[in-house]
Amino acid sequence: MVVGAGPAGLVAAARLASSGAGRVEVLEREQEAGGVLRHCAHGGFGSRSRPRTGPEYAHLLAEAAARAGAVIRTGVTVLDWGASSGAMASPGLPAARVSEAGRGTPDHGGASAAVPPGAGRGVPEGVGGAGGIGLHTVGPEREPVLRVVGPRGHETIAARAVVLATGARERPRTARLVPGTRPAGVYTTGELQQAVHLFGQHIGTRAVVVGAENVSYAAADTVRAAGAEVVALVTEQPRAQVPLCRAQSVRLGRGIALLTDTTVTELLGHGRLSGVRVRHRDGRATVLACDTVVFTGDFIPDHELARRGALVLDAGTRGPAVNGSLHTSRYGVFAAGNVLHAVEPAATAAREGARAAGAVLDFLGTGAGAGWPGPGLALTVEAPLRWIAPNRISPANRPEQYVLRTEVTLRRPALYVRQGGRLLHRERRVPGTALPHRTLTLGAGWHDRVDPEGGQVRVSAEA
Amino acid sequence: MTVTADGPLPETAYDVAVVGAGVVGCAIARALARHPRLRIALVEAQDDVGQGTSKANTSILHTGFDAAPGTLEARLVRDGYERLGAYAAETGIPVERVGALLVAWDEEQLAALPRLAAKAERNGYHDTRPLSPGELYAREPRLGPGALGALHVPGESIICPWTTTLAYATQAVHAGVDLHLNTPVQHASRQDGGHRLLTSRGTLHARRLVNAAGLHADTVDRLLGHEDFTVTPRRGQLLVYDKLARPLVRHILLPVPTALGKGVLVAPTVYGNVLLGPTAEDLDDKRATGSTAEGLAGLRDKGRRILPDLLQEEVTAVYAGLRAATGQEDYRIAAHPGQGYVTVGGIRSTGLTASLAIAAHVTGLLAETGLDLGPRRELEPVTMPNLGESFPRPYQRPELIAADPEYGTLVCHCERVSRGEIRDALAGPIPPRTLEGLRRRTRARAGRCQGFYCGAAVRELFERARA
Repeated sequence: MVVGAGPAGLVAAARLASSGAGRVEVLEREQEAGGVLRHCAHGGFGSRSRPRTGPEYAHLLAEAAARAGAVIRTGVTVLDWGASSGAMASPGLPAARVSEAGRGTPDHGGASAAVPPGAGRGVPEGVGGAGGIGLHTVGPEREPVLRVVGPRGHETIAARAVVLATGARERPRTARLVPGTRPAGVYTTGELQQAVHLFGQHIGTRAVVVGAENVSYAAADTVRAAGAEVVALVTEQPRAQVPLCRAQSVRLGRGIALLTDTTVTELLGHGRLSGVRVRHRDGRATVLACDTVVFTGDFIPDHELARRGALVLDAGTRGPAVNGSLHTSRYGVFAAGNVLHAVEPAATAAREGARAAGAVLDFLGTGAGAGWPGPGLALTVEAPLRWIAPNRISPANRPEQYVLRTEVTLRRPALYVRQGGRLLHRERRVPGTALPHRTLTLGAGWHDRVDPEGGQVRVSAEA
Repeated sequence: MTVTADGPLPETAYDVAVVGAGVVGCAIARALARHPRLRIALVEAQDDVGQGTSKANTSILHTGFDAAPGTLEARLVRDGYERLGAYAAETGIPVERVGALLVAWDEEQLAALPRLAAKAERNGYHDTRPLSPGELYAREPRLGPGALGALHVPGESIICPWTTTLAYATQAVHAGVDLHLNTPVQHASRQDGGHRLLTSRGTLHARRLVNAAGLHADTVDRLLGHEDFTVTPRRGQLLVYDKLARPLVRHILLPVPTALGKGVLVAPTVYGNVLLGPTAEDLDDKRATGSTAEGLAGLRDKGRRILPDLLQEEVTAVYAGLRAATGQEDYRIAAHPGQGYVTVGGIRSTGLTASLAIAAHVTGLLAETGLDLGPRRELEPVTMPNLGESFPRPYQRPELIAADPEYGTLVCHCERVSRGEIRDALAGPIPPRTLEGLRRRTRARAGRCQGFYCGAAVRELFERARA
């Protein structure tokens, strides 16, 4: 069972289905598969040789998954985890039918899926019935169970393995604690792109874009595509978080100002936004007149389901803690994509989807009930690094590589991996500068040198 | 059933015009609607009911244990608590009787607790109980260290303020009250023994006038020639924390009031969030509903002491409301029989709780001005859509989804709002005129993503319905 039909989930499902993992379903709460790709109208997705727009790439991935035999169910929401005893729907859920990914055949047929009023709070329909599969056959008690709702009613679905691929979102203005009034015209890039590219909505005439990373420039493009003017990009950072050539072409070619070292300190206006107050690091302040403001970047994993399932989260990424094979702390539950690291490009998410699928196949191959790796050693970072993923080390699960983020710009940093006082690895980044909102990678060649009894492993960056 | 938001106002005279469709004005209109012979107008300056203090408060149903004994406010809060509790159960307004803990953080506050218990007794509230630190931490294990004890007030409850106001207005409109939105009153004069109100949408005639204009009650009072009080807006900024923080707290955690003011509370909401606030800032500007960096930083400092883990959670929303402070520790409700006029001023943070009692009181005052109320009937009951987490939401009800699959199709994922609920709200008797109005009726876009996932889709549904 895969939760989330973004690039990670779709690629995981395709690989699982084509490898004969049994019944593979992707549960997607939106009406269309694709995740954030659905509204990334710009190009640059897919392979280098044949770049695609986001929607094109989403379509390809969904088709590939379906062709491989995965069932993609859109418009259904995973609400929570079922009782881990696997025997009953939880008492709070006046549910539902039971299907069983991998062995059962969920009934997708219209009204029969809907439970009539008073259809019992106790034993779910289908249990032990003809053709239904009694949950007593569901293997070990710890097997994950998901509670789902959709237009056809509630379901409680037991799966031999779950891949969480719930993605990430931008933190909105409120979570960033930007003061001021609460006018209309305040967006995140996600909402802006959907408004413009999916619904053709009017968004205003003059927009300030908060941020100067890739997603911010994409937001600026969307603003212009909607026929509005970009007043400025505003960032607290001392420089744009994109290659200089891109920043320059936008600044000079399109005449869009880039205000660095600048903070948005207040939103103004009643009813509709009338402007944003900004302050430069040197104390100068001004008001930028605008009727639209887009808060870009500042991504956070969409980890609600992970938290509801009491998965151990990593303090740095705030996503589920995983080892190199993407096992979470919960038996039978894997995680992939931007729920692990907010955010990396779609290609990274897709690669992880494939990797998670491989790990699921190994897990299923050894038979459910096989061992689940222990918590492993914590892999942590030292400031100014913000996070690293994967972030647990278990000896048998070496990742392809690690991804990290820095809090501040680092010129030609070297990455050091240490356990206790022991240096395991040193790596200098080529080429040069590490930016706060750009991917930083670390090889995994040092993995075998970790002492399983030696305590946590720390990564630091030094100039 | 008449709700207008533009065009000219009816020319025939109303028996009573209520100015201000906040929670108090709506409650008064509803109470008057029980008298079928009366022709009633509810006149509101903004584009929806409950747009002022009524939408931005701490959402607490108060027992009145700490009111100033002997005041009108104390009496109406106590009475209103009972009335609204019963009304909420009847109409489906979510209420959770979580109880409050007045937490003492120093010796001075600890010493004040017995005085507060005695005050509660004088207010007719007999259920308070002192808690030792051990009992306190057993009840609130995540409370910050260093609390010395607490006073437990089991009756304090949390409620949905939006549904309350909307329920009153809906019932009033169903019973024949004319609701005129977008109708600020600019001038008032006397004509033929009645009132002639000049509004942005023309003239409105009424034999009796009720001033429930909240923050602007003093302005309307002056239009009628009274200089009895001045409303000084007192701003309260609040932080709303994510639903994932809800398990951190079980009660309303109240500060012990000191000479420095009432202080900052932490409280669950019926929507499953956690509130931190409010600030108390006396201002001049009645539109200053913005938050400030200092205000938010101050709240976070106080919150860190009360519930340290709360600060680790994401903030879902930030808002600021203005309370109608008048410099006097009581409501300013006064009848002017000669003018056929009742002013309902100075209704402060307790107005939500007291609303039904205020309405009954004002109805009595209107009768005393010589208004013949005529016969009285019971109103058709209404059932409001449930926005509360402690009661089944539509997506949790298989029988609803079976009857109408739209209740199983979630649009707003953070708040789990179905397309069916959004459709219903847009087709309701008092339909929302903005996305904010839709949010207060359904919770759509009110969650942690603030529209990242669903904003455009919700707007699409809204604009299609309004087209």
